[in-house]
Amino acid sequence: MPLDWINALIGGVFIGLAASLMLYWNGRVAGISGIVSGVLNPVTDSGGKSWRWMFLLGFGLGGLILKVLKPEVFASELPTPLWTVPAAGMLVGVGTMMSGGCTSGHGVCGISRLSIRSIFATIVFIAAGILSVLLARHWGVMS
Amino acid sequence: MKKGWAALVCGLIFALGLGISGMTQVGRVVGFLDVFGAWQPALIFVMGGAIVVHFFAYRWIIRQPSPLFDREWHVPTRKDITLPLVGGAFIFGLGWGLGGFCPGPALVSLASGQSRPVIFVGSMLLGMVIYRLIFSRKVSSP
Repeated sequence: MPLDWINALIGGVFIGLAASLMLYWNGRVAGISGIVSGVLNPVTDSGGKSWRWMFLLGFGLGGLILKVLKPEVFASELPTPLWTVPAAGMLVGVGTMMSGGCTSGHGVCGISRLSIRSIFATIVFIAAGILSVLLARHWGVMS
Repeated sequence: MKKGWAALVCGLIFALGLGISGMTQVGRVVGFLDVFGAWQPALIFVMGGAIVVHFFAYRWIIRQPSPLFDREWHVPTRKDITLPLVGGAFIFGLGWGLGGFCPGPALVSLASGQSRPVIFVGSMLLGMVIYRLIFSRKVSSP
């Protein structure tokens, strides 16, 4: 097995463990877009905002640990013009709000529960991702 | 209070997992989605590993009377396939392929100090706020 496959598997196990602890401890789905949009929501839901902020604090700490120990994992450059970055961010923000989840909430947590909504959403967003890369190359946006 | 510390630990483990897995390297993500080009299948093991762990853990956890630090489960139960679900997933996928970032890896990458994650996350938050302002009643959870 190539090293990047092994790293992908180890990272995946970490993510599955985090999602499982989140459910076991707090009874919550570890969906990143949902946690972030919950922080932005002016209306506080039953569970409150503080656990969401703490989750994001842990996220930031994890990022800093990676920056110190494994800075090479951060590679955010693509052969695309800079205008594509805010465009992509807007699409991801609107799309995840509309569908109620992203790669974590639908792709990991939802599929593990065999949620029909999440299975559907995941097939659609992976297909759209494939289409997006295909079109970006076709139109010369991505070299 | 325990709920907060538990969430912090989960966020920390989640972020480390994203970094180790390769999801914060946008070139790899685009390579994974580039199935008609030079396809890089490695990232299938991220979702695969996470789902295998959570699939079995979920079955055991949900049989417990309640979560450890909360009175009840907060797990979505909807089963209806709706236009916002499918349309939203499609829009999200377009952005994922174009930028190589989904929300989690973009947030973790803020720690790198690189400019693209900052621009991406700023626009993502803006997109979320705009969506909520327009469709404030249609927001659902996963």
